[in-house]
Amino acid sequence: MEQALVIAAHGSHLNAESSTPTFSHADTIRATSAFGEVRESFWKEEPHFREALRTVDAEDVYLVPLFVSEGYFTEQVIPREFRLKEWDPELWDSDGTSADTATLTAEDTGQTVHYCGPVGTHDSMSDVIVQRAKSVTDDPDVGDGFGLAVVGHGTERNENSAKAIEYHADRIAERDRFDEVQALFMDEDPEVDDVTDFFESEDVVVVPLFIADGYHTQEDIPEDMGLCEDYRDGWAVPETVDDKRVWYAGAVGTEPLMADVVLERAAEAGADVSAAIEQVRGDAGETSAAGD
Amino acid sequence: MNADPVDALVATAPDGIAFDDLHVERNGETYAYETPAESLTGLEEPELRDVAAASPYVSNWYFWHATAPQTDARWAFLRWLEGADDPVPQRYDALAEGIATEWGQLRVTVSLTEAGGRSYALRHVDDAATAGADLTDHDEPLDARELAKHDNDGAYRPLKTAPSLQTGWQFPALGPAELVEAVHAFYPATVQNWHREREGDLDVTHWHETVERQTGIYGVVRTWDRGEGYEHVNWVAEACCDDSQCLKRREWGYDEETDLDVDNRASETPGDSGGETARGGDGEFPRREPCSPFIAAARQWTKLEGEQSQAYEFELTPSEKEQVEAIIGAVAEGRSADIREADVYDGANRYRTRFLRAKLFDDDGNLCGVETED
Repeated sequence: MEQALVIAAHGSHLNAESSTPTFSHADTIRATSAFGEVRESFWKEEPHFREALRTVDAEDVYLVPLFVSEGYFTEQVIPREFRLKEWDPELWDSDGTSADTATLTAEDTGQTVHYCGPVGTHDSMSDVIVQRAKSVTDDPDVGDGFGLAVVGHGTERNENSAKAIEYHADRIAERDRFDEVQALFMDEDPEVDDVTDFFESEDVVVVPLFIADGYHTQEDIPEDMGLCEDYRDGWAVPETVDDKRVWYAGAVGTEPLMADVVLERAAEAGADVSAAIEQVRGDAGETSAAGD
Repeated sequence: MNADPVDALVATAPDGIAFDDLHVERNGETYAYETPAESLTGLEEPELRDVAAASPYVSNWYFWHATAPQTDARWAFLRWLEGADDPVPQRYDALAEGIATEWGQLRVTVSLTEAGGRSYALRHVDDAATAGADLTDHDEPLDARELAKHDNDGAYRPLKTAPSLQTGWQFPALGPAELVEAVHAFYPATVQNWHREREGDLDVTHWHETVERQTGIYGVVRTWDRGEGYEHVNWVAEACCDDSQCLKRREWGYDEETDLDVDNRASETPGDSGGETARGGDGEFPRREPCSPFIAAARQWTKLEGEQSQAYEFELTPSEKEQVEAIIGAVAEGRSADIREADVYDGANRYRTRFLRAKLFDDDGNLCGVETED
């Protein structure tokens, strides 16, 4: 039976670029021909979550949220808007970073939907963060002499938001690739404003765990870190702040390897995509196996 | 199915074929072939092949069963585009010229290919008469995603069915499946919802049910129902769902039993209460529930409408009062950018408006110096 992939992303009423990474990762996956259909869907744009499934012909759909953390959107909004009957967050049995998959039926279309955890809490996301550091420094061996800051929104609305950041920071720290790894936040301590205080290293790569570039990653965080007085002035990469070189990567979600995380999610839900995973990892310059 | 239409016909004949006035059967070792033009029986296979090779009925059957996407909505949409209820000869004559249909601001022109298939040309309705050489060619259906993002002035279009699609592009020759994909990228899910409606199966979600579903920052919209009827929903629909703002035809009402009173057809005067003639617009495809920008706007109005009205006292000349009305009208109709710089006869002209501000506003931007009281 043909399998289809639907990617669920936030989108924006105001920012035209919010959907760009979603389109880009969907195109990467389309090019692998792993799915008969690949469909983007959005909370704030069209096709809307409510109407995405009816545009997909396949009876068997893998639904992957392009969201950073588990919580309000993945546990309430997406299942409700996709009309996934009998959804219960307990089906993921997650501690906040360990969502896997649940198989449900869409009320309006009758399709079988394999509802996957978000990309942000998948183990292979750690690889994407490292890949982002390689991309921004243009150094495939980056690590020695470098600190890495993984930046998240914080706990203002959702405690799992911080969990996802800390989870990946811990995982990357265990690899001993970077001299130092630190989780930082916009809305709580340790705050990204004081980024240079948290590192001994002269070079610090800063990777925000956001899906798309927008207000937070292109205005707020650069100004808060002191990369610039006004975001409109731009900043250098690296930019010198307090005698340290800060390599600001922008949203991790724009990294091409993100398409791999979407595929990993679908694979764990039972999709036959192993060849596509090989292809995407190869094309994105990453060869290690998923989640190490 | 076989790559050759005649091979496919011969292979399928034992099951019987009856489609668009073409009837083919196998009876023992011979075949019967019937169209409105001729009725042949006792044909040997080579004879059937000769007849079939020259028959538009056969190429038509083949296209609709081997080339066109087979799922219901896509198939029905493509059939509708070429007026497939018409007999084949008549339809083929029209297809030779090209059959053009409008879908929102899209213009689709179907024509025949040499092999008896179909080719679909897609462009903006306003470019109907533009020479192809003056348009930018695209052949990848998903390019439509980028074309749909911005209007002619480069402004972002969060609502795909806003009547602000940019011009200047064309997809000169799409295949049937590609055409539906491109239409989907411009106007997501419209083909599916149009088909559901034709089948009597459109799942409409009305205002009340939609706001009841909202949570998080949109949960506040649920409170915008304080036993005050549904006049407020009429206002929102008049503001947002008019044909001048959205090309979808609003099919949702206040609730299952209660339609809105607002007429969203562009031909009606704004502000008219439609009464019995009220309709959700003239669009070809339906809007089955309040959309996401609509709910976001309703959230803001829910907060604003929680305020109590107060009496303010302003002194305006009769012309100034009319000018205020003209400015609101121009902004609401999206016309302010079109008012010519020196057209000081239009109340919403920039110089006229700047004069009004210079005369009536104090240094803090208060109209007539009257402070806003909380």
